[in-house]
Amino acid sequence: MNKLLSVKNLNKVYYNKKDEIEAIKDISFDLYEGEFVSIVGPSGCGKSTLLNILTNMDNLTKGNIELKENLKLGYMLQSDSMLSWRKVIDNALLSLEIKKEKTEENIAYVKDLFKKYGLLEFMDKRPFELSGGMRQRVALIRTLALKPDILILDEPFSKLDYQSRLKVSDDVYKIIKEEGKTALMVTHDLAEAISISDRVIVLSDRPCTIKNIYKIKREKEGTPIENRKDKNFANYYDLIWKDLMFHE
Amino acid sequence: MSKEHKNYLKKIRKEKIIVITFQILILVGFLIIWELLSKYKIINPFIFSSPSKVIESIINLYLNYNLIGHILTTLYETLIAFILGITLSFIIAIILYEFKTLNKIVDPYLTMLNSLPKVALGPLIIIIAGANTKSIIVMALLINLIVGIMSIYNGFNNIDKDLIKLFKTFNASRFDILFKLTIPASYKTIISSLKLNISMTLIGVIMGEFLVSKSGLGYLIIYGTQVFNLNMVMSGIVILIIISFVLYKIITYIEKKLLK
Repeated sequence: MNKLLSVKNLNKVYYNKKDEIEAIKDISFDLYEGEFVSIVGPSGCGKSTLLNILTNMDNLTKGNIELKENLKLGYMLQSDSMLSWRKVIDNALLSLEIKKEKTEENIAYVKDLFKKYGLLEFMDKRPFELSGGMRQRVALIRTLALKPDILILDEPFSKLDYQSRLKVSDDVYKIIKEEGKTALMVTHDLAEAISISDRVIVLSDRPCTIKNIYKIKREKEGTPIENRKDKNFANYYDLIWKDLMFHE
Repeated sequence: MSKEHKNYLKKIRKEKIIVITFQILILVGFLIIWELLSKYKIINPFIFSSPSKVIESIINLYLNYNLIGHILTTLYETLIAFILGITLSFIIAIILYEFKTLNKIVDPYLTMLNSLPKVALGPLIIIIAGANTKSIIVMALLINLIVGIMSIYNGFNNIDKDLIKLFKTFNASRFDILFKLTIPASYKTIISSLKLNISMTLIGVIMGEFLVSKSGLGYLIIYGTQVFNLNMVMSGIVILIIISFVLYKIITYIEKKLLK
């Protein structure tokens, strides 16, 4: 398999007035093309910090990150963060606008995504007129507009209610697969992680280290909702749950 | 329309009628009581004047003292100070927001300036800017600027942190963040700060006119006091109340239009 991203012995230390806080300790993992990998861990363990470092929004203290040449990362945040004064389509084009890549071709690509994912008729609406799930899809399109090779997702569904959450994770999964993207997602929802991913990385409490990496095997590959019915699902849930509960 | 809906609308209308009726009653009642108290000398008519005398005095001012000119002077000064105030507060708020260290440095001085009664600076302003319209505008600016800066700056600070993070994920420049996020996102705060600003400006203008002017409503009031013509003072105050009310309403109207 084609290795896209490789994190090697990553360490992160924070400083405040009183002392220094070791947030991440010796994390190493690889990401391969076409994979969907989830990271789970106790809250506050430094998952978001890890993503911030990967996307260059924070710097690492030690270790290194190897990214395959000319690869682009796209970062999708927890909240859909729509600009209320812009139309939905202009929100989706924001990423291109800021990167100064708002070419005819790219605009057509974004409109195409709108069409493909059933949002065409909402293009000229204001964000508040859309449901939470729709906004999340627009946020994904906004990230996809830059044609990233790897998508980094930071708890993308956590602000949705339970039902839309299942539905939207299905939608987002389909979009990511259809566009042939590799994805790295942070979540605190074990069921979500197991049902959507090829691999699940379990992190420990602070300082955050890797506890286990599970390769999820299923009888039949399906959508995340279908995968929840897989017979191995409960097993993985149990294993990961134990990992998270008993930290030394 | 269902019966319940009709009842509901009726209830709203009824409440509105009650509110307006009482508002008018209070005003009329106040004027009548004032007139009667003054007429039967229960209050000193020389000091407290009376509605009829105020009207008389306003007509007199209009005919012999160029009342319209005074009103226009005050309005003109208010308008200039208001526009200058808004523009400057906007620019200064942006600078303070963009340069955090500078903000930390000047913070205690801004607090000092804010707590200082600006009227104390009056004599100094007159000496520096001269006894003219300039002084009045400087005085009004001193009063409306700090409030303007603080309210716009707070608007900037209250922008959703997630939105700022979103822009950062796209590697947005500070320039992009300022023009595509900060300013449009605080549009509402800026518009609502106009209302506060117009009242502050008027306070400043009248204060300035008390100190230096040769015309304007503040001047009329001070002049009336000096020649002990309290009817003139009262008339000045009444006109001022009407003007500030109208200005406030105009700003509220503009605000509504802009926020649509």
